[in-house]
Amino acid sequence: MKSETIEKPLKKVCIICAKGSIEDVYATLVLANGAVMEGIEAKLFFTFFGLDAITVKQMNKIRTGTLGNPAMRMPGGLPFPSLLGAMPGVEAGVSAMMKSQMEKLDIPPVGEFLEMITAGGGEVYACKLAMDMFKLEEEDLWEGCSGVLTVGDFYAMCGGENTQIIFT
Amino acid sequence: MTSKTIAGLTVQLNDEGYLKDPSQWNREIAEELARETGIELTGKHFEVLEYLREQHAAGVPLTIRKVGKSGIVDIKGLYTLFPGGPLKYSSKIAGIPKPVSCV
Repeated sequence: MKSETIEKPLKKVCIICAKGSIEDVYATLVLANGAVMEGIEAKLFFTFFGLDAITVKQMNKIRTGTLGNPAMRMPGGLPFPSLLGAMPGVEAGVSAMMKSQMEKLDIPPVGEFLEMITAGGGEVYACKLAMDMFKLEEEDLWEGCSGVLTVGDFYAMCGGENTQIIFT
Repeated sequence: MTSKTIAGLTVQLNDEGYLKDPSQWNREIAEELARETGIELTGKHFEVLEYLREQHAAGVPLTIRKVGKSGIVDIKGLYTLFPGGPLKYSSKIAGIPKPVSCV
């Protein structure tokens, strides 16, 4: 006897971003934008260093770390020496290069990406505890942010059938 | 692959319902594909569809960002015109292949 399961489509994704490097923030943004473009509801929760992505002063200055990342390579594929990654200006240079590569693929800067997501009905939230830790106020946050939440408030939004929580 | 007769013209659709041959497209086909998606086309819809077709003909890979910067409609407007799938439904109704971009 064959048993058939009918797969129900995903309805909602709740994405938690706790880190502030380019790859972590963009993973969140690409997943969220991809969701709303497919008609899937998206709730974004930024916490700890992830808050940089929705802090006006930092959001368009995020970087990728050049230290402690074994997958980091020189253009051309040679290993990226850790000592080079520690030199002043290298992290900024590498980050600028990554951003220019992304721009070529039509991946927008953080602020514009967040606007695209909220234009599609996605919602952006900040973590209250992390805000307190980093001494941030609501006026420090990107204007499209829907509010500051406790973990409990966030979980309350993650209910419903076919909802997934994703931690980037 | 399936074939379908719309307004007297037989067209080939792929498994996801996209036109196989963009040159078979016309307004009646657009209206029928839109109806199946639950969308009633207006003049604004057609402006977007024409833009998408022009871009496709020019070989430009489509992203939602590009459409938002086209001057025809902003991103919010595109979501309003094609709810639940701004790029996938608009490209389907425009008779062009489904964009392969993640943005």
